[in-house]
Formats: sequence, C-alpha cells, structure tokens
Amino acid sequence: MPQSSFGLISKAAAVYAKDLRLELRTKYALNAILMFGITTLTVVSFSVGQSGLPPKLLSALFWIVMFFSAMSGLAQVFIREEEAGTALAMKLTADPDAIYWGKLGFNLTLLSIMTVIITPIFFVFTDAPTDNVLLFVLVLFLGMLGLCGATTIIAAIIARASVKGALFAVLSFPLLLPLLLVLVKATERVLLGVSFSSIAIELQFLVAFAVVMVVGSVMLFKFVWLD
Amino acid sequence: MWWKWSLFVAMGLVIVFSFTTPAPQQQIGEASRVFYYHIPQAWICVLAFMMSMIFSIRYLKNRSMEEDDRASDAARLGFIFCILATVTGSIFAKVTWGSFWNWDPRETSIFILLLIYGAYFALRGAIEVEERRAALSAVYSIFAFITVPFLIFVIPRITPSLHPEDSIVDENLKFTMGPVVRTIFFASLALFSVIYFWMFTLARRVRILERKGMEIEE
Amino acid sequence: MYRLKGEGLSKRFGGLKVFSKLSFDLRTGDSMAVVGPNGSGKSTLMMVLLSIYRPTRGKISYLRDENSMEEAQIRSSVSLVSPYLNLYDQLSGEENLKFFATVAGESVTGKEIERLLEKVGLAGRGMDLVGGYSSGMKQRLKYATALLNKPAFLFLDEPTSNLDAAGKKIVSEVIEEYRSQAIIVIATNEQEEYSLATKQLRVDQ
Repeated sequence: MPQSSFGLISKAAAVYAKDLRLELRTKYALNAILMFGITTLTVVSFSVGQSGLPPKLLSALFWIVMFFSAMSGLAQVFIREEEAGTALAMKLTADPDAIYWGKLGFNLTLLSIMTVIITPIFFVFTDAPTDNVLLFVLVLFLGMLGLCGATTIIAAIIARASVKGALFAVLSFPLLLPLLLVLVKATERVLLGVSFSSIAIELQFLVAFAVVMVVGSVMLFKFVWLD
Repeated sequence: MWWKWSLFVAMGLVIVFSFTTPAPQQQIGEASRVFYYHIPQAWICVLAFMMSMIFSIRYLKNRSMEEDDRASDAARLGFIFCILATVTGSIFAKVTWGSFWNWDPRETSIFILLLIYGAYFALRGAIEVEERRAALSAVYSIFAFITVPFLIFVIPRITPSLHPEDSIVDENLKFTMGPVVRTIFFASLALFSVIYFWMFTLARRVRILERKGMEIEE
Repeated sequence: MYRLKGEGLSKRFGGLKVFSKLSFDLRTGDSMAVVGPNGSGKSTLMMVLLSIYRPTRGKISYLRDENSMEEAQIRSSVSLVSPYLNLYDQLSGEENLKFFATVAGESVTGKEIERLLEKVGLAGRGMDLVGGYSSGMKQRLKYATALLNKPAFLFLDEPTSNLDAAGKKIVSEVIEEYRSQAIIVIATNEQEEYSLATKQLRVDQ
C-alpha cells in the first residue's frame, strides 16, 4: 500500500517527540552544546577584548562559535540510538524517511535553543551593533537550516563508525565550508547595516544550500541507516 | 608491453622538450614551465575524484565490493595527484607571487578537495565492517560532490584570483598557446592520464589478488 | 498465507565466514528452530533474514499469497525479540509501546496496551521507566513490543534469556498462540525451546 504523506508526518512527529522527550529527561546533548557555546564565547570575549571589533571579525567569530557548538551536540541524536542498542528496533519498525525528518527536526530544535541563548550573550559580550535585528535573525535562521541539513546525515554516518571522536567535525567541515563562507560574509554586511536587497544573493544561496542538502539527505539516508 | 616502453619514451620526450623549448609564458618566464606538469596533475586529481564518485554510485546500485575497491583506489590515486598539484602550485606561487599560499580561489578549491579526501579516508579507517564501510563512504563521497557547485559559486566571490587567466584559453575560449607549447602540453596531459589509468589497473590487480588470497585461505 | 524463503544463504564479514549455503522454505503455520553452538552465526542469520545485514550470497523472499512483499509491508509484518534489540531506558514501558506503535503506523488504544502488558506479566508497571526494570522485565516488555503489530513473521533470538519460570511459560504461550497464524523462527541452544518448533535448521557446519 502506498504511504500517505499524512502517515509520514505523524510518524516523523512521533520520532521527533520521542527524541525531544529523551533529551528533556537526560539533557545530554543540550548541556554539551550550551556549555561548549558559552565556553568558546567566553574565551573569544576575553581574548579579543570587548568592544570596537570590526564587523568582519565579529561575524567570523560568531560563526566559529556556532559551528563548533553545533559539532559538539548534533551527532548525539544518532549516536544515542546506536550506543543504547535501540537503533535495531527503529530499523525494524520505522520508515527511514520518517526517521530522517524526525531527527532533522530534533536537531533544528536543539540548534534553535542554543542560538536563542548564545546570540544575546554574544551581543552583550562583544557589543556588536543591533540595528538590523530582523535581517540578522533571517540570516541566522537560514544558516541553521543549512547547518542541520548538511550535518544530520553526517551524524547518521559517524554514529555507525566504530571510532567516532573528532570524525563528526572532520567530515562536516569540508561540506560546510561554502555555507560558512557565505554566512560570514552575509553576517558581516548585516552588522554593517545594509538593506535586505543588498544581500539577496547570499540569502538565495543559503536557501538553495539548505534545500539541496536536505533533498540529497532524503535520497541517501536509507543507505546510511540500513547498511 | 610495447605501450609501456612507448609511454616511457614519450614521457621522456615531454620532459626534455618541456625544459628545452622557450618558456610557455613570457611574462612569468622560466617558472611557467611548471604549467606542463601542474595542470595535468590538477586535471587528474579532479578526474579521479569524479571517477570515485561514479564508482560510489555504482556500488550503492549493485552492491558489488569491486565497485567499492575501485572507488577507494581512484580516491587514493586522486589524493596523490592532488598533493602533487598542490606542491607544484605552491612552489610556483612562491616564485611568482612571493608566498607559498595566498588563498587564491584555485588554491582554496584544491585545499577543500584535500580536506574532503582526507575526511573520506578518515571515515574509511573508522569503519571495520567491509560493506558498511563501502556504503557509508560512498554516501559521503556523493554528498561531498553535491557541495562542489556551491564552492564554484562562492569561492571567486570571497577572494580575487591570482592565477594566470589566459594560460589555456582566453576570454573568447580561443587557445592562447603557440603550436609548440600546445603540443607539449596536450602530450603531457595525455601521458599523465595514461599513467593514471595504468596505476589504476595495477591497484585493481592487487585487489583481485588480495581477494583471491582470502578465498584460498579458507 | 505468508511464506518466507531462503535460498543458498551465505554470509561472510571480510575474510571471516559466518555461515554458508542455508536454504529453507517456511509457510504460515511453520516454525523453525535455528540451532548451533555459540558463535555459529544464529544471530547473524536472524539479522540477514531481517535485512539488517545483506547476505553475501543467496536470496531471501518474503511472500504474501505468493506475491513478493514490499519493504514497508515487510516492516509492518515482522517482529523480533533479541538480546541485541533494546528499548528506551528513559521512557516508561507504556511510552515505549506507544512510540513503536505510532512509528509503525499502527493505531493502538490504551486498553490494548494494558492488555499487552498484562499478557507479558507487567500489569501495573507500565508507568515505570524501563531503565528501572530488571533484565527479565525488559525481556517481557520486548515481547509486548513484538506483539504490537500482530506479526506474520515472528523472530525470536534466545527467546527465554533472562526469564524466570513464569516468563518462560509466557514465551511458550505466545508461541502457541502465534503458531497457526505466523511463521516463527527461533534461534536457540536449549532443547526445550527447539522442541517447540516443527522444523530445524543447523548452522554449525
């Protein structure tokens, strides 16, 4: 029988809700990601001083903090299943597509919570200009989509490797490099106070990147999950 | 056997001519002779990368371990040529632009290619089960390839190019090289490709022997 | 009427041969004991039958009324109880059951969950976190999970591990109940367990 898209949504929602519930009970990934973010932010703030940094440097620092914090927690969603031995039960019962969407949603939620906490601290510590908040939020949101879109499948890959260690960052970095370069560029210009239309190309790029990564992941996920 | 000797002779001729004919680029001078070696190496690096990705797709389709062997062999050879191209390019950069590394767009691209290959081998080393290693590294190499168009879009916007733009074709896509330079260059390109395919078949033969040895052991 | 067919199944990991040339043909009503000493590849065979691993050689077919079944159909009609399959420690027994039902696309009422828990002897413990269960209770909960989808193919790997006498009785009740409506494959070393099956497959050559 062909699966209705409603069926897929409710199954993905079940996966999402389950992961969220596990996370709320253990807070493992969230703690890792937040503590990492706050630690690096503090180090950055102490070492480069407080105010008067040029936007170029600010935006690069911001995305370095974001990248490494994301790397410290986003793989948990798959590693947890493999290490607890629950992946087998999931493989036998759940549609791989539903699992991918559920996990992607969970990672997005995790990254959003982190961003909501880290970003204000970043602005407080560095005294970055805040005139362009809406545009900043837009760039941030698209950046998170791209980050999660590309790394969720990498998380699934490394969860199945016997040595995990730094592999997540090693595999993710080359794929994320174009994204990070554009994000740094776009954020720099947002901090300089430019208008929406002048970073339209960057925004289009961010949307395209996120869409291509998610579509590619959906197509390839079952090979990663089932082999 | 005959073709190996002809390859030997032909490559010898290319080496001799590449140093005895006038330098291909007058403004850059002697250092521009690197062009006969650097560009073929970079070309094979990209060719091997593409072949590796195609074998990866074929592995996911028909699940034959041979395709995985081919994918990783192509990647290994590609990695070697990638390092060669990076080193020759870097030496050239030092001589003409004054520093070994400038984050010129093409330097950035080859650097990312090295990172991707490195990550690919790190991943392969981290998975013990053969089939799982094959499938996961295949997915990774396909995924890495998906990001290439984004890189092509991004990198020229981030840093300006120092590379000689007119080394092969000008803006009207006409060859800028004189007949002598062109002959040596294309001969070198062809011979490097033959060497690459030769190495590739040697790697294949080693793999086949390894698998045979495994079957005999039982 | 379901049918599970294995033809010339072999599996090796790298240079290591696990088993080779196993064939069988089971129909609804059949039960097969997979027997062999420790390390002979019983669990690996189970994983191959469930397409968690690919066979190195050979073919597995799942048939329903002689038509081969699609992946999604197979998923909704198989169940596994195995020492390698764990449930979520941080969820309660009921939450585990509800999750696996929803994710498989089954609608299940609170009554049914209660009934299942009662059947495996966990009545009243459904609200407790699985992390606090004993290993025998976890094994019982695995049975409850496996029966959620009323499987047409039931795979039991060491079915009575960690179970006390009452638990073992539940297992034989489950097997008796599903014997006529499902294909049951049992991987085991224990005489009393494989006597429950109608066929035998040895994997120790």
